Amino acid sequence: MNAPNASGWRPEMGEAGAILPATVSGDHGLNLEEKLIFELAAPGTYGVDFDDADVAPAPALGKFLRKAAPALPGLTEPEVVRHYTRLSRQNYAIDLGPFPLGSCTMKHNPRLNEKVARMAGFADVHPLQPTQTVQGALKVITQLADWLMALTGMPAVAMTPKAGAHGELCGLLCIRAALTARGEERPVVLVPESAHGTNPATAAFAGFRVENIPATEDGRVDVAALTARLGPDIAGVMITNPNTCGLFERDLKTISDAVHAAGGYVYCDGANFNAIVGKVRPGDLGVDAMHINLHKTFSTPHGGGGPGSGPVVLSEALAPFAPLPFATLDADGVAHLVEEGDAHDHGHPNSFGRMTAFHGQMGMFTRALTYILSHGADGLRQVSEDAVLNANYILRELEDVLDAPFAAYGPCMHEALFSDNGMAEGFSTLDIAKGLIDEGFHPMTVYFPLVVHGAMLVEPTETESKAGTDRLIASMRSLAERGRAGDVTLKSAPHYTPRRRVDETLAARKPKLVWKD
Amino acid sequence: MRYLPLTPADRATMLARIGVDNIDALFCDVPAEALQAGPIAGLPGHASEMAVERHMGRLAGENLSAGAAPFFLGAGAYKHHIPASVDHLIQRGEFLTAYTPYQPEIAQGTLQVLFEFQTQVARLLGTDIANASLYDGSTACWEAIAMAHRVTKRKKSILTGGLHPHYVATAQTMARFTDDVLVAQAPVLSGDAEDAAIIAAIDGETSAVVVQYPDILGRIPDLAAIAAAAQAHGALLIAVVTEPVALGLLEAPGALGADIVVGEGQSLGVGLQFGGPYLGLFGCREKFLRQIPGRLCGETLDAEGRRSFVLTLSTREQHIRREKATSNICTNSGLCALAFSIHVSLLGGAGLERLARINHGKAQALAAAVAAIPGVSVLNDAYFNEFTVILPKDAREVVDALAAKDILGGVPLGRLYAETPALANGLLLTATECTSDEDIAALVAALKEVL
Repeated sequence: MNAPNASGWRPEMGEAGAILPATVSGDHGLNLEEKLIFELAAPGTYGVDFDDADVAPAPALGKFLRKAAPALPGLTEPEVVRHYTRLSRQNYAIDLGPFPLGSCTMKHNPRLNEKVARMAGFADVHPLQPTQTVQGALKVITQLADWLMALTGMPAVAMTPKAGAHGELCGLLCIRAALTARGEERPVVLVPESAHGTNPATAAFAGFRVENIPATEDGRVDVAALTARLGPDIAGVMITNPNTCGLFERDLKTISDAVHAAGGYVYCDGANFNAIVGKVRPGDLGVDAMHINLHKTFSTPHGGGGPGSGPVVLSEALAPFAPLPFATLDADGVAHLVEEGDAHDHGHPNSFGRMTAFHGQMGMFTRALTYILSHGADGLRQVSEDAVLNANYILRELEDVLDAPFAAYGPCMHEALFSDNGMAEGFSTLDIAKGLIDEGFHPMTVYFPLVVHGAMLVEPTETESKAGTDRLIASMRSLAERGRAGDVTLKSAPHYTPRRRVDETLAARKPKLVWKD
Repeated sequence: MRYLPLTPADRATMLARIGVDNIDALFCDVPAEALQAGPIAGLPGHASEMAVERHMGRLAGENLSAGAAPFFLGAGAYKHHIPASVDHLIQRGEFLTAYTPYQPEIAQGTLQVLFEFQTQVARLLGTDIANASLYDGSTACWEAIAMAHRVTKRKKSILTGGLHPHYVATAQTMARFTDDVLVAQAPVLSGDAEDAAIIAAIDGETSAVVVQYPDILGRIPDLAAIAAAAQAHGALLIAVVTEPVALGLLEAPGALGADIVVGEGQSLGVGLQFGGPYLGLFGCREKFLRQIPGRLCGETLDAEGRRSFVLTLSTREQHIRREKATSNICTNSGLCALAFSIHVSLLGGAGLERLARINHGKAQALAAAVAAIPGVSVLNDAYFNEFTVILPKDAREVVDALAAKDILGGVPLGRLYAETPALANGLLLTATECTSDEDIAALVAALKEVL
């Protein structure tokens, strides 16, 4: 028999006690299962109405006409809305709680940005309209470009790259083009061991050979090892600042000067710009190129894995090689779009070319500019200060229960790095991460950077309140203690999710990428 | 500041807990000369929601939107009606503000969407498999060329004359920095899709032949014949679809023998957005599975034996393989893929066919109307919803004159091929379900005035 509740009420619930009955539907209250759309839909059904007047004549397509309609399931609108709404409830998201995924800067996505991006003058304009009909759209690009240059202290910016890795490619292609213009072959790019995987992949895609440079005990680039390797075969270095250990590369200016003296260029991975926006201008540290993830620092939504946007700020040395097209304002305030046909006339004859159709991620530009204007220079400075404050607070609150390999060397920037040293035999970072899911949080970044054993990289961002951060800390502290004590219930976490741990090996061994009848 | 929850009291408490006097003590690793003493000079301060909305609204008002004028542009970006439910659903916070689904237990929503998306794309393109999307059609096209070279171990690809010139330029940019050889054929103003010239160019060193379907001039190449010729030389056929609505009426490229099919998915669910973000579609034969670029979602089981979905085959990807990865791509175009998938679910195959018929019918009406204007002729033998007309003078001037009348009158070939004077009088015209009889009448009347 069930016990009375706090008010003394004792509902009549029978004697079955804790035995949970199976359900016929497979659903459990608000925990809703959802079939694949192919299992729900009937052939021939669809959920849009066409104007009755639009009865098309016979197609004049001859042999190209297909024999049967595509084998795609269709549903009516109420069924479609329900399908996707039910699926949405199986996702964790920033709107539900903290998302402290290190290096990913999962901050609040302001809804004004969404509203602005949907204004017809931005959402419903074609990229090839005559430029006199898209003056406002082009000015969004130039205004955002002006902000990005001012915030980084750099003289130029390429706006078209579609994501961070595309921005890296843009920067490295500028370096390749600059070297070619100098008549030099420099085949090697130096990349620290702690770099994002995109860095070496991009360098290889741009035709360079990658060499790793080691880190020092305090988690920074080994300046001596790096400078010793410089020479006529080195095209440049790719450095993340703050780096992937969440630490500021305090010797970056020294490194830049040495690289420049040896004839190379400095690429900075700007994934962690949120730590320093409004406080430090990378241009003051000798950087030649840096991509800015608008979907991180400037809050454009990640959307379950994109779209991103990765404009690249450039130094005087690399600016002449920036890609086409680009927007520019003339002295009369008229916006122009400089494309292949008129690049020469606009004083940009040495571009390395085009990276994509059209002009970049306009829908992200409108959101990012809206975000920047909302904050202003003072607000952006507060963004980085609060992001760094939240991370250091977490570092200090947890360093007694989680190994923090670099905490002894000083504060972190916007993310706190821990290792799984000190866990009980057989317990690791993965168990802490899955336990955090049961606690109602998205886990931190795990097993990255590779230079720390069982890395846990915690990035709270500035949009977390102190109360929210304190809740996260309390859960992480509890999990750390359970991991140290070898609590077996942690090994089977998560327990309260739509799915338990999934078999990734099976997925890779017998790949099933599409549904079949 | 409305987006920053920490209060001054919170900040003081937290600084004290950390054991420092002020915030700049946490920036102690930044060289003093590089640390800004206050907000960066010369930039405005924060602004209210109302003020920002007003500023952005004024900029939006300086643009003539497609829905506010007779509109006939295409060339790789198309105006279609997007059902209201699409935009509503993609704005659910659980989709909009989620990250890449690296923690599958709390990302089954996104993962199932990606699995359904991959299936829809494969069925639409007629391929065995598809990935979870790439940035856009142009970058997907280059990734296909790079993959073909990995598969065939050959370095030469043929970019046929009907391939969108931005796609050609994107591939040429990349190839200049790799040791790939791209043979770009010049576009010719002929009514057929130059199938014979394409087939004649394929030889035993060809890795892939890249053919747009329908092509940039709206013509429809004979993919089956080209596929057979490619196969005879051990080369791959890469088909490029920039208008997926066409596949409601045209046979799927994979069914015609294309080995890799890439496309721009913008037409379905995504919207014009002045060129981005868009949606790269990528499908291919199953045997190329481990050479595919970008993310893949696969079906598996969870610890309790329930069907589940998870990102898979990540050993191809940069975060594992680093400099040996199949691509440097990290991000896909997740939210655009969701929008595409919702729109395709609303249409189904039957709705897509109906939509395609209406598009084709509108284009037939448009072609008949403009062909009746003295001095104007339609180039194409066949077309879907887009075709080329030849004007008696430079189409750029004509389009500017039409814009002065608030008519968005197509894409002049001179805009796409600034350095090819022979194409200057060509104008690309597109009609979709959004095109009304009144729009067509307005264009015809205006063209008669400006020609």
